[in-house]
Parts: sequence; C-alpha cells; structure tokens
Amino acid sequence: MSYTERVIDHYENPRNVGSLDKNDPNVGTGLVGAPSCGDVMKLQIKVNNGVIEEAKFKTFGCGSAIASSSLATEWMKGKSLDEAQKIKNIEIAHYLSLPPVKIHCSVLAEDAIKAAIEDYKSKNKGEMADAA
Amino acid sequence: MTSSKQLYFDYQATTPMDPRALALMLPYFTEKFGNPHSKSHSYGWESEDAIEAARAHIAHLIKADPKEIIFTSGATESNNLAIKGIADFYGDQKRHIITLSTEHKCVLDTCRHLEQKGFEVTYLPVLQNGIVDLDLLKSSIRADTMLVSIMAVNNEIGVIQPIAEIGQICRDRNVFFHTDAAQAFGKIPLDVESMQIDLMSISAHKIYGPKGIGALYVRRKPRIRLNALINGGGQERGMRSGTLPTPLCVGFGEAARLAALEIVDENKRLESFKNYFWETLSAGLKDIYLNGDFNNRIPGNLNISFAYVEGESLLMGLKDIALSSGSACTSSSLEPSYVLRALGVEEELAHTSLRFGFGRFTTLEEVEFLAKRVIEVVEKLREMSPLWEMAQEGIDLKSIEWAGH
Repeated sequence: MSYTERVIDHYENPRNVGSLDKNDPNVGTGLVGAPSCGDVMKLQIKVNNGVIEEAKFKTFGCGSAIASSSLATEWMKGKSLDEAQKIKNIEIAHYLSLPPVKIHCSVLAEDAIKAAIEDYKSKNKGEMADAA
Repeated sequence: MTSSKQLYFDYQATTPMDPRALALMLPYFTEKFGNPHSKSHSYGWESEDAIEAARAHIAHLIKADPKEIIFTSGATESNNLAIKGIADFYGDQKRHIITLSTEHKCVLDTCRHLEQKGFEVTYLPVLQNGIVDLDLLKSSIRADTMLVSIMAVNNEIGVIQPIAEIGQICRDRNVFFHTDAAQAFGKIPLDVESMQIDLMSISAHKIYGPKGIGALYVRRKPRIRLNALINGGGQERGMRSGTLPTPLCVGFGEAARLAALEIVDENKRLESFKNYFWETLSAGLKDIYLNGDFNNRIPGNLNISFAYVEGESLLMGLKDIALSSGSACTSSSLEPSYVLRALGVEEELAHTSLRFGFGRFTTLEEVEFLAKRVIEVVEKLREMSPLWEMAQEGIDLKSIEWAGH
C-alpha cells in the first residue's frame, strides 16, 4: 500500500492522541467501528461556550484510519459544534488522497465526529434548552 | 523509501537466489543454449545432460526416481496439474476430493473449479493448532473418493501436517494422496516411499532457486495417470509439453542439491532464531499469540497476533522491514486471513497478525533488530489504541455492542 505524504505524516506524528475524562459534562465521546472489522475510533471533544477547545483521539486501525482521525481532531479544534458537524468524510478523503479501498476510514472519522457531538449534546440537553 | 534498504523477513513469499545456483545457470542462457529436446546434435545433448542432472538432485531430496519428476512452471501449475489431471483421468470412476480449508489459494481455487464441473469437494476444518484431524479425515473418505490433497507445510502459519499418517490412511483406503510441498521441500525431510505420497508439488523459488520453475512428483509404481493440462510435443512423459527452460532447471537442481547438504545446519540456525525471537517478544510484550502449533512447524515461520494493534499499521511502523500481514487491510478483499479464521482465531485478532519469515541469509543481528523494532512499534500503537486502553481499564471488549460496518 503506497501512502501519500500527508497520511504518513499523520501516522508518524499523530496530532492530539490521548483521552479526556469521559465523565466530565463538557466532554463528548464518540466510539465507532468494531474490532472485528479492523478499525475502532474513539474521538473526544471538550466544549466551552459552544466551541470545541480540545479534541483527542485513539484509533485501532490501519494507517489511513489513524491519519483520518488525527486530521479530524485537528479540524475540529476551535470550531463551533455546528461548524464541526459539517465536516464531511469526502473532505478528509480528499485532503489525505485516500485510495478507494480506504474511503471507509474517512467515513468512520465522520461518524466519530458526529458521535462525539451527539454525546456532548445529549449530556447537556437541559442546559442547551435553557440557553435557547 | 527504497525497498532495497528494507530488511527481508518474508522468506515464505519468496527467497533470493543462492549465488551458487545462479552461477551454474548463466552459461545455459548463452553458450550452452541448445534445445534439450534436440536429439541430433551436441547442443541438445549438453542441455539434456544438464537437465537430467538437475532432475536427479530434485528426486534425491524426496527419495524419488528421477523419472518421477515432471518439470512445471511452479507449484501453482503443479497443483493444477495434479488435481485437475487426476480428476480428468479418473473422473468417470470417482467424483470426490478431500482437501483442507487452510490450503493455498491455488489448491482451493482448483477445487472450486472442479466443483463447477460437477465434482464433490470436502474442505476439512483444522484443529486449533492448524493441524488436520486424522479421525475426521478417515471418516470423510467415501467409496467414491479419488484424491486427498493436503499440504505438507502451511504458507501462512508454517505448521507441518502429519504427512506419513495421511499417506498411510490414503493407501489403506486406496485413495490417491497429493501434497503441496511448496513450503516443505528442502525445509523438512520428505520421503515419498515411507510417507506413501503419490503426487507432490514443488517450487524452486522457495528454496533459493529461480522463479518460473517447479515440479510435480508423479508416482510410477504403482503408476499414477494424469491428463495433461498443456498438450504439445509430449515432453515430460506427455504430462507437460513445451521446451524445458534449461537454465531454470539447472538453477532449480543446484538449489535442491544445496538444500540437501545444508538442511540440517540451516534448521538448527533457524530454530535458534525462532526461539530467540519468540522469547524476546514474549518478555517484552503482553497479549501476543503465536498462530499454529509451536513445535510442529518449520522454524523459519512465526505468525503472531499482537492484540489491540492492527496489522497494517504495524507494517507501516516497520517501514524499514519487509513483512507480510494476515490483516485484511493489506489484501484487496478487506477480509482477514482465511487460514487464521480456520484456526478459530477471532476476527479481531486476525487483524493484528504478522508473519515473520527467517531464511538462509538471515543473521542474528537482523533478528535482534527486528525484535527491538517490533516491540517499539507495538508499544507506540498500543498507546494510540482505544482497545488497549479499554483492556487496561478492565473493560471486556466482548461486552460492548460494536456497530459493525
């Protein structure tokens, strides 16, 4: 499998590897994929005033999966939840020049973004309703 | 990144040629170019003599008669010729074939082809250590079973099947026994008489010979009949027409001669590498699993699962090392290895496996470097793995409802 420089860079120097406290009300956690399929992504965001101030990931998967999730955390940081919600798998795939057989890695990253945002929102349902 | 800088640990895929075998081949490309089938002049005789000497070296290594060695283009063709050739010749009497679910693709695909032609094939499962269940084999043989085809050594996990016992069972039940010995020839002692083998597929490039040539051993007493796949001038006792490639035959023969001389010492050396490598990894890493029986294996092959890290990302981290993975992501199908699955290795572990191959030109320094690098990369990737993190927190990964995709 030949990879582009961007995939290799994210694999060798992954951005934002780590974990946030999943019990913190300001943290949203997304866990997607399955070990039997060969890739699992855990993506976490810490939200302050509707803005993602921290994003962390851990990924079990191939180089493309690691690069996709690393890139996703980088793109999410500093964005509002609404902006982050709009990140599309095709943008990740395009930026990393993923080959067709690896497109599912970018799909998984988009799923992880959505799952983390969803988790944050469900934890903070009451507050969000108050703010509205 | 130039591939030539990578350290080579993929000896099951292929081997570099032994320079001694290559040196013997070269004159047969140029001054000794005669067609070995030309009977009317010295060019032809010279080539024929060289080929017959090569044939004798190959026969010697499996205790066969040189007349029983049919040159082919490689083990894939040999497997095709053995299985299709038998089916075609004896198919109006018997219609059933038995093989293993862990055979090489070229045996499995040939069997599928025959199923489409109306033959019945039984694909036997293997035990958890990768070895055939002999009682199951016995009970699977029917009155109309014509052929049992079971490999001698598995290409992915290196386990050695009980060939002599299988030969005895087949002889007792009057069934032909074919073995794909591509990974066994020159690596373990083989004896077609004591092991009662009727047909054996052999490859040259797995034993430091040239690519593009192999052989099929076909028993003469009692005589096994095959219908040829390739028709023509009737070379190779009519079983494989076409002008023999003299240089390839010569290189193959010399590789076999060298293997016979060096097999004992080489296996001792590889055994010490295997033990060193496995002990070093086991001491350095938790949760690693050897796939296939630890003792019934060729020492040059170790297939290991590294729980919680995916095989392809491991390979990417080991970019200075040439290896194969049992993981899905290196194959185009995205399915994890069917051989590992047949052992009952769960899919999540099959995704984490690598095959380490040691051979004639491997040094202890290289194995030490390999062990150090593997431990480093596995540790780095585990730090990045959500599964490792959950396992360390004591979460049972099986208790989680994963969303498959």
